[in-house]
Amino acid sequence: MPDLSTHCAGIRSPNPFWLASAPPANSGAQVQRAFDAGWGGAVWKTLGVPIQNVSSRFGAINYSGTRAIGFNNIELITDRPLEVNFREIYETKKKYPKHAVVVSLMVETQEEWKDIIKRSIDAGADGLELNFGCPHGMCERGMGSAVGQEPRVNERITSWAVEYSTVPVLVKLTPNVSDILPHGLAAQKGGAHGVSLINTIKSIISVDIDRFVPEPRVGSLSTNGGYCGAAVKPIALHMLARLTRSPEFRIPVSGIGGITNWRDAVEFMLLGASSVQVCTEVMLKGYRIVEDMIEGLGEYMTTHGFTSVDQIVGKAVPAYSEWGDLDLNYETVAKIDAKKCIGCQLCVVACHDGAHQCIHPAKAGNGDPATRVPVVDESECVGCNLCKIVCPVPDCISMVQVDNGYAPSTWNEHVTQGKGLRPKKGAH
Amino acid sequence: MSKPLPADRSESVFTDYKHEYTAHQAAVEAHRCLYCSDAPCTQKCPTHIDVPEFIRKIATGNVKGSARTIFEANILGMSCARVCPVEVLCVGDCVYNAMGVPPIQIGKLQRYATDLAFEKGWRYFEAGAPSGKSVGLVGAGPASLAAAHELRRHGHACTVYEKRGVVGGLNTTGVAPYKMRADRSLDEAQWVLGIGGIDVKTGVEIGKDVSFEELEKRHDAVFFGVGLGPDTRLGVPGEELAGVHGAVELIERLKLGKVPLDGVKSALVIGGGNTAIDGVRELSGLGVPNVSLVYRGGEAKMPGYRHEWLAAREAGVSALFHAVPVAFEGSGKVQRAKLVRTDASKRPIAGSEFVVEADLVLLAIGQSTLGQMLAGLSGVVIEKGRVVTDEHGATGRKGWYAGGDCRNGGKEVVNAAAEGKAAALAIHRYLGGQ
Repeated sequence: MPDLSTHCAGIRSPNPFWLASAPPANSGAQVQRAFDAGWGGAVWKTLGVPIQNVSSRFGAINYSGTRAIGFNNIELITDRPLEVNFREIYETKKKYPKHAVVVSLMVETQEEWKDIIKRSIDAGADGLELNFGCPHGMCERGMGSAVGQEPRVNERITSWAVEYSTVPVLVKLTPNVSDILPHGLAAQKGGAHGVSLINTIKSIISVDIDRFVPEPRVGSLSTNGGYCGAAVKPIALHMLARLTRSPEFRIPVSGIGGITNWRDAVEFMLLGASSVQVCTEVMLKGYRIVEDMIEGLGEYMTTHGFTSVDQIVGKAVPAYSEWGDLDLNYETVAKIDAKKCIGCQLCVVACHDGAHQCIHPAKAGNGDPATRVPVVDESECVGCNLCKIVCPVPDCISMVQVDNGYAPSTWNEHVTQGKGLRPKKGAH
Repeated sequence: MSKPLPADRSESVFTDYKHEYTAHQAAVEAHRCLYCSDAPCTQKCPTHIDVPEFIRKIATGNVKGSARTIFEANILGMSCARVCPVEVLCVGDCVYNAMGVPPIQIGKLQRYATDLAFEKGWRYFEAGAPSGKSVGLVGAGPASLAAAHELRRHGHACTVYEKRGVVGGLNTTGVAPYKMRADRSLDEAQWVLGIGGIDVKTGVEIGKDVSFEELEKRHDAVFFGVGLGPDTRLGVPGEELAGVHGAVELIERLKLGKVPLDGVKSALVIGGGNTAIDGVRELSGLGVPNVSLVYRGGEAKMPGYRHEWLAAREAGVSALFHAVPVAFEGSGKVQRAKLVRTDASKRPIAGSEFVVEADLVLLAIGQSTLGQMLAGLSGVVIEKGRVVTDEHGATGRKGWYAGGDCRNGGKEVVNAAAEGKAAALAIHRYLGGQ
């Protein structure tokens, strides 16, 4: 088993798997159970002036029988007395000295920041995470995403925190911005040791179509909440890579957003996250999911010959490029494995209705109708992947590279150097 | 029309061997469907129900629309969901089979949607504007019901003549009660007749109570859907003894009333087809201690469905393969059967006779055909007892159509439904419709 120990912005943990600041990290008893299950760290549910929550706080979207592929919440920061939280942080840290306990904070005034940071560090916090992200409730009070959306405010509060703190400071960024980079740079400029992203996305998860009220419903009303869960991973991955591929952004990132298993975690790490945080999947399935995450990551590292998690971090960043730098002469076509094909025709209908009409049902003279294996017209196939995406049989359709004789040429090279492009396919 | 069935019918002891889905189970199964295009399940169904579409509608919670999709193709979709041999039809052709994944339970999903339609009283079809034409339908089984419903959608007046006291044909009198009991078939007939304008005359036998000439005089077109005739007899000594029954005849009695079987210890069911398999399962279910199927061929080549036979074996019946009765014996009532062994070609082996105890015998070796009824009508061609028609059900006599078992020689309810509907559309065109 490779060494999974992690070092993220100066915060050490036995593995890169942290609980995100959220209901699963609400109390000492919970965090200690999580550590017993195998979690390497936990970002304590945000401390501030304790609030009062509403009844009915969560909503979810289901897809094709799969429950909660996306999730949202309108819960706020901690509703428990601060002294209780600090006592439990102290006890947890004492019991689990090697695990990372990061304390998430959200207060308003400079004095409040100073006070709560001191109390957190006194309780034993290994790091602080400034919650500049919540898109509901707190932002209306001038906190959360209201801070994260203003780089100058972000930088100022970060600089206070860094000044008052003797432990590493992470800034948790909100995705509710048009470009994440200025916000990451503001945290960096404020002296943050790292950033965490993404917080939840401003959202209305669904509408009760019989009551005419959005969800989650509080009496006869609802409000926008924070979107998270498996469905937000692509947004999080992009924001992560937007920062990690920018040369001016140089601080570590703790990745958050739709991580449900070790594969997702590896993807975040490959795009530059040095630790990963999980909330929704734990809310849905429990702390126990970490067993497979640890095992899966270990196996993955062994398979690829990695001996430490640092070797994974950022490995796919160089491959994230601009569209204009993609090779327009790279060509693939779909190949259907007749032995695996079950004849469902899903590729046929998807290609006909949603792509370039190049996969046809087998008929006499073109394929074998008895087998129902569709026929790909390779001269028309643009290599879009749609058929492979809809095919229910693993590895039945593969996208195979075609040697078309054209030297590589990107759009940028074509425009600036006049490099030749292959003839377009499917553009008639 | 039909008189109510007694509550203490023998079949009442049976419960459905394929359990119905709850809404949640149906949703889980529906979500598994791949929603194939040009789907093999739809192609395999004789009525070509758009299976992926009705299943998708269950998945989205549009069950009313799901049942509409089913009934639009097959108005007898409720009973077909229960009685179809889906293992060799839609489910057997589900693409998941090729993937080594359990196939979609199409029959159970269809039952879920159609049962809910009945329970909620959803109705989908209205009679067309009166065409002024009249069609006489002979027999009130699945073929005629499907035909009459389709004819009413086009506004043609319908009269159904049924010699029995009950409607529904074999759906009422012959379906194995662990698939569907008679009362459910009557529910369906009522539901189908709910379109209105179908005059059902029970207890009227065409050719006897009403002549064919009279029938032709009364109507602009005739649909012949009389099914099959009485059980075939073996023609061996002792067949007339009490306790020796035609299988279809006895099954009808236990579905419509009470058949006392208290003293019966050992029952034999002669035959290897689906009626024989139904017979052994039913007798076993009714508490007969020893039930054996006697088939002149081997187990591997029984004409009955493999999945049905395996279910019968599971129910605890036994079988004597490569054996055939040569006589039934007993004083006043049957007590023993004398059997002879058969060779690989199903021919008796001389000197291999043996005797087994039997106080009840069901003959399930086939049913006679009724096509001969029409033999006197010029233009109507009868072949091996079946009424010969074109692909749409038209006989050689102008305005006379046929469908169901009397045309196909004995197939499934779903075939009768398909043939009845096809013939109705042909009749509609014949009567000048588009």
